[in-house]
Amino acid sequence: MYRETAIVNESEVTGDLVINMGPQHPATHGVLHLVVHINGETIRKVEPHLGYIHRSIEKMSESLSYRQFIYVTSRMDYLSSHINNHACAMCVEKGLQVEVPPRAQYIRVIMDELTRIASHTLWWGAMAMDVGALTPFFLAFREREMINDIMEETCGARLTMNYMVPGGVMYDLHPLFQQRVKEFIKHFRSKIDEYDELVTGNIIFQNRMKGVGILTKEDAVSYGCSGPTARGSGVSCDIRKLYPYEVYDKVQFDEPLETAGDSFARYLVRLQELRQSMSILEQLIDDIPEGDIQAKTKAVLKLPKGEFYTRAETARGELGVYIVSEGGTTPYRIKYRSPGFSNLSALDHMARGGKIGDLVAMMGTLDLVIPDIDR
Amino acid sequence: MTNEELTIKISALQPALVVEEGQEWLQFHVDNKDWLALAKQLKETAGLDFDYLFCLTCVDWKTHLSMVYHLSSTLHRHTIVIKIKLAYTDPVVETVSGIWRTAEFHEREVYEMFGVDFLHHPDLRLLILPDGWEGKNPMRKDFEDPVNMIKL
Repeated sequence: MYRETAIVNESEVTGDLVINMGPQHPATHGVLHLVVHINGETIRKVEPHLGYIHRSIEKMSESLSYRQFIYVTSRMDYLSSHINNHACAMCVEKGLQVEVPPRAQYIRVIMDELTRIASHTLWWGAMAMDVGALTPFFLAFREREMINDIMEETCGARLTMNYMVPGGVMYDLHPLFQQRVKEFIKHFRSKIDEYDELVTGNIIFQNRMKGVGILTKEDAVSYGCSGPTARGSGVSCDIRKLYPYEVYDKVQFDEPLETAGDSFARYLVRLQELRQSMSILEQLIDDIPEGDIQAKTKAVLKLPKGEFYTRAETARGELGVYIVSEGGTTPYRIKYRSPGFSNLSALDHMARGGKIGDLVAMMGTLDLVIPDIDR
Repeated sequence: MTNEELTIKISALQPALVVEEGQEWLQFHVDNKDWLALAKQLKETAGLDFDYLFCLTCVDWKTHLSMVYHLSSTLHRHTIVIKIKLAYTDPVVETVSGIWRTAEFHEREVYEMFGVDFLHHPDLRLLILPDGWEGKNPMRKDFEDPVNMIKL
C-alpha cells in the first residue's frame, strides 16, 4: 500500500483528470512519482512524491566516522560521485584545517571535470531519447564509456568511485592516465560537433524544446535553483567561479549563461559546459605537479566542535555539505543540500499551464537524478 | 557588504537578535516570534537583498531543536546564517515559503523528519515518508528503527 493505487482517476473538486506518472516511467530515469492534474491537455498541477529510494543517508552518516561517511555519498548523485566525495572531503578538511597537496588538487579537479563530461553526455543522450530520438543515446554511451574506462584504470570503479579521501586522493594516477585523457579530448572535440549537427540544429528537436517550461530569473532564484537549470535562466551561480576551490582559480573558463529560461536554453548551457570542461582539462592535464597525493592525517579523524559548510559544483548544481560537529569521531548532524531537490521544487511552477506532452521535455532538462533528491 | 556592515544593518532591523562571529559566516540567533518579520525585511531591504535561501535544515539537540537557514544574495554575494531555537515537544515556527519559494519543499522535509509544524504553510504534507506513517520522526535522535539498520 503505497499512495495512490489507481493509475488514472478524477479529482472530485475540480473535475480534472489525475494521472500518476511513475514511479516506473521510462522518462523519469529513476523512481520519481509525479501526480499530474490535467484538464484536457493542459497541466494544472504537478505534485512530486518522493521517497521510493530514500536510504536515509543523513541518518546513516551520523553513526559513521569521518572517513567512512564519504563512501555513502557516492550513492547520492551517482553520475557525479567524484564531486560528491570531493565536497565531503573538503568539508572534513575545512574542519581539520588540512592543506591538500598540489598534486592531489590537480587530480581532484581533473576527475571532477571528467565526471561532469560523463554526466552531461549521458544527460544529452537520455534527453534526446525522452523526446523521441534514439540514436544519440548510443552515441553518448560510446563517449561515456571512454571516460568510465579512464576512471576504472585509476580508481578501480566505474560508477561509485570513492576515490577522494580527507587529505587528498586514495591512489596515484595510472601511468597512462594523461595520455588517455588527451586521446579522449581529441576524440570528443570532433564528436561534440557531431552532437550539435545531430540534435541541436534539428528543427523537430528545437520545436519540442523552445518556449517550453519557462523559468524566469526571479523564480529560479526564489526556488533555489542552481547549476545549468539556473544558468539557463540567466542566474550566475557557478560555485567554481564565485567561490573557487582547489585549483579552479588558476584555470580560465567561462560560465555559460542563457536568458531565455526555457528547456532549449538549459540544453544549450549544458552543451557549452561540455566545451568549457574540455578546456579546463586541457589546461591542467600537462601541468600536474609531482609530489604527495595525500596530506598526513591521523588514523582516527576528530573534527573540532563547530559547524562546517562547503559547497561544490556538481553536474546538476550546487551541492552543499553541512556538518555539525560535537568534537567526536562521528558527525553530530549532516545535511546534504542536494541540487536536484531544489531544482525539482521548481517543476510544478514551470509545468503549470503547459501541455502534458511537454512535461517530459521540461523534466529532462532539469537533469534529475532521483537518489540525489531522496538521499 | 562586509561582516561589520551586515551586523550593523541587520541588528538595526531587529534589536533583539544575538550575533555570533567566529564561524565562516555571521550567525544570527533570532527569536521565534520575530522571524517572519525579519525574513521579509532581509529579502526586501535594499543593500541586503537576501534572495537566495540555499539551505534550510534542522538540528536535534536533544533538549531543543534548532532551525538553520543559510541565506545569500545573488546581487551582493554575501551570506549569513539564521538560527532559531524551537521547543523539543510540539515545535512550531512560521513558514517562509511565501518569501523564498524553495522553502516549501525543504519545510515539508523538516516537517516529516523532525516534526516541526510550520504555521501557514500552503501544503504541509508528507513528502518522503509513505502515507499513513505513524510513530516518531526519523531524523530525531531518539528514533529507533527495529527493521532497517540505520545505526552501526
